[in-house]
Amino acid sequence: MDYGTFRGIFTLVLLVLFIAIVLWAYSKRSKKNFDEAANAIFEDENVHNNTVGEKEKKESEK
Amino acid sequence: MSQTTVASQTEYNYKVVRQFAIMTVIWGIVGMGAGVFIAAQLVWPALNFDIPWLTYSRLRPLHTNAVIFAFGTSALFATSYYVVQRTCQTRLFSDKLASFTFWGWQLIILLAAITLPLGFTSGKEYAELEWPIDILITVVWVAYAVVFFGTLIKRKVSHIYVANWFYGGFIITVAVLHIVNSMAIPVSLTKSYSIYAGAVDAMVQWWYGHNAVGFLLTAGFLGMMYYFVPKQAGRPVYSYRLSVVHFWALVSLYIWAGPHHLHYTALPDWTQSLGMVMSVILFVPSWGGMINGIMTLSGAWHKLRHDPILRFLVVSLSFYGMSTFEGPMMAIKSVNALSHYTDWTVGHVHSGALGWVAMVSIGAVYHLIPNLFGQARMYSTKLINTHFWLHTVGVVLYIVAMWISGVMQGLMWRAVNSDGTLMYSFVQSLEASCVFIVVGMFIMLYNVVKTVAAEKGALQAEAQPA
Repeated sequence: MDYGTFRGIFTLVLLVLFIAIVLWAYSKRSKKNFDEAANAIFEDENVHNNTVGEKEKKESEK
Repeated sequence: MSQTTVASQTEYNYKVVRQFAIMTVIWGIVGMGAGVFIAAQLVWPALNFDIPWLTYSRLRPLHTNAVIFAFGTSALFATSYYVVQRTCQTRLFSDKLASFTFWGWQLIILLAAITLPLGFTSGKEYAELEWPIDILITVVWVAYAVVFFGTLIKRKVSHIYVANWFYGGFIITVAVLHIVNSMAIPVSLTKSYSIYAGAVDAMVQWWYGHNAVGFLLTAGFLGMMYYFVPKQAGRPVYSYRLSVVHFWALVSLYIWAGPHHLHYTALPDWTQSLGMVMSVILFVPSWGGMINGIMTLSGAWHKLRHDPILRFLVVSLSFYGMSTFEGPMMAIKSVNALSHYTDWTVGHVHSGALGWVAMVSIGAVYHLIPNLFGQARMYSTKLINTHFWLHTVGVVLYIVAMWISGVMQGLMWRAVNSDGTLMYSFVQSLEASCVFIVVGMFIMLYNVVKTVAAEKGALQAEAQPA
């Protein structure tokens, strides 16, 4: 296979891969996981707005 | 009580984050201060005092290295270590190694600050440092990758949050870029020659150079954006699906854009055209990401009125949108024929660096500092607001001045005398705008010092007007 053909095939593979990623990202199956992931950054919210040093956290549990 | 379990499970390593966050502010002032000084040299050339160490040619790489690798990269270290711990709900993989990255990186910056004014340089833009420092960078960077990916591996949650994908992509790619472009044969401790020659050397350099922009100054800071914008706005990112597509599109396209730095040179024509086309396509994922960030505020726009930190973050995205429109346009060969080698390019870089990179970092650091030092807010919100306006006005003045002078230069260079020689060739510029930006950074430092020095919990959250 010459270099030109190889590059042509490689480009095609990338295109197919990209379309697959878009289809996967926008599939109904992924939606729930993605929504959870997007909201996960707020799970530590109570730590977020107060003292967050390691010691303080232990004290707050007592 | 799921929230308390999250908090109790983990003890985060905030020490290294604090160190990098503080140094971000310090190096910001140093790097931007160097910028003000060399801008003043353009206006008053006598300011080099006939001392070789203070000449523009030696201080200019010092300025670029200081803002990109000292200021920008410290911000990336600080935020990536913070974000990876918070989103993986686990402590950093290794405290010792993390501490090594901090001190190692500071040593590299110090060595750069010494060697560049002395005139030791490999002559490659954004990769000027000589080979012993290059090796040190590689070692520190590998340690960084081990800490970051080690933390990802021991994460307590199943999903890897999108910000970490961007940070991870940035860390891996910068390692590859740095190693390939810095390949050199040393002839002495302070001098080496690139193993590449001619057009290949130029192409490798700009493959590195543009991807330093694409991965260090874009992907890394997009990671920052995907965590701090939703966090500061208090709502999840506009579209998580879009962020996934954004990541893959951006990382697969950026790597091709380098040749647009070498239009109308000895680089083969097809390579130039390829670089141009890929640069134009790059507009699409860039704006996808920009829209994703800005639309996160959809339904919460009123927060911008009271929260200058959020304003920093959102305006940074506006500048990101502007410069990622301007960039593809300037990569088009016929536009590039006018813009290349003029102040327009310099203006474009600063619209990206001061508008996007600096503003998103400043916003993130204002968010970080109170969290890291056990406060509910920064010492003074008013001063953040003052900083915001100084910075914004400074950046706008800067890029407008550069547009005008750049386009003028481009047009004047097109004028030729009857014998074919250039009618005009000149070096001139105008800047006081950078002074605004540095004054803003000093205000930030004051505010940070007051926040850090305040008693734990002394700064209570302000009531938010509805």
